[in-house]
Amino acid sequence: MKGEVMNNKVSWRPYIAGALLGVLAVLSVYISTNELGKPKFLGASTTFVRAAGMVEKTVAPEHVANNRYMQKEKVKVDWQFMLMVGVLIGSFGAAVLTGSFKKESVPPIWKEKFGSSIGVRAIGAFVGGVVAMFGARLAGGCPSGHGLSGLMQLSVSGFIAMAGFFGAGMIIALLVYGRKEG
Amino acid sequence: MNTELWLGLATGVIFGALLQQGRVARFEKQVGAMLLKDMTIFKFMLSAIIVGMIGINLLAALDMIPYSVKPTILGANLIGGLLFGAGWAVMGYCPGTSFAAFAEGRWHAIWSILGMLVGAAIYAEAEPTMRETVMTWGNYGKITLPQILGVSVWLVIPVLVIAFIGLFLLFEKKGV
Repeated sequence: MKGEVMNNKVSWRPYIAGALLGVLAVLSVYISTNELGKPKFLGASTTFVRAAGMVEKTVAPEHVANNRYMQKEKVKVDWQFMLMVGVLIGSFGAAVLTGSFKKESVPPIWKEKFGSSIGVRAIGAFVGGVVAMFGARLAGGCPSGHGLSGLMQLSVSGFIAMAGFFGAGMIIALLVYGRKEG
Repeated sequence: MNTELWLGLATGVIFGALLQQGRVARFEKQVGAMLLKDMTIFKFMLSAIIVGMIGINLLAALDMIPYSVKPTILGANLIGGLLFGAGWAVMGYCPGTSFAAFAEGRWHAIWSILGMLVGAAIYAEAEPTMRETVMTWGNYGKITLPQILGVSVWLVIPVLVIAFIGLFLLFEKKGV
């Protein structure tokens, strides 16, 4: 595959893309402080609360209006919501332009362990998603908010959350997928 | 759309392109890191953090930007962090990469996104209970590493940069 590590050749791809993301994060904070009067640090998980609120509002508007957490996070389209819309556009655009768009219905590592059933993958991913987002909201952020933005500011909460993310991730990944030979 | 929304959208387009080009929005890269087989996401994240922490702290020192530090609540950060990690391993995506993965053709990321929406809705219901329990366990407020160590930011940053570069050298030596 293009751009992957070939045995003893170093692939600079993740380092360069990462360093550019660092530049983007700094520019975003600088520009938002000047243009909006408040710093906008990268983050993703609060948008799921707002989006869930928007969906709930269509069936039970008074329930959302009475939920303190929804009111605190505000059920509306904001900077981070648009950031996530942008992620969809940017990733799609980059994938198409570089010819790396690839349709996939079940990830290969998952397929090896649990077979190619879309239903089984859907249930696993859905349950994983429920648990992960509950955890992210309790922790106060995800690998973007706590990991990137938190560590860039040397925030203690970022280091603790990242240790928790990766610590549990390693144990559960080992239990679920097992160690591969080689 | 106002300036705030346009700025968010523009930042997101670049963010998404970098996640896609860094090859981090892939199940096998996320799970590969947890199995210590493919450290791509760490190379990406730690590179971003090196550049970001120097830039953010420099601008803050020049009084050009304020910090926006999340509070340290040991119970919430740790228990929430562990729950997130467990779900992350099964999903193979984090909230940001799930969107990027979906957009680059890995449409199965939609199951993770739907699960995360439901998880957010459940948290909104459980929040009053969390606020009275886990959220009160070890609340130290908005603290940073240099603050608790009682040293300068400019001592902590070089140490972290050297540690991260050490990790990069280790990853490349091991070929992961």
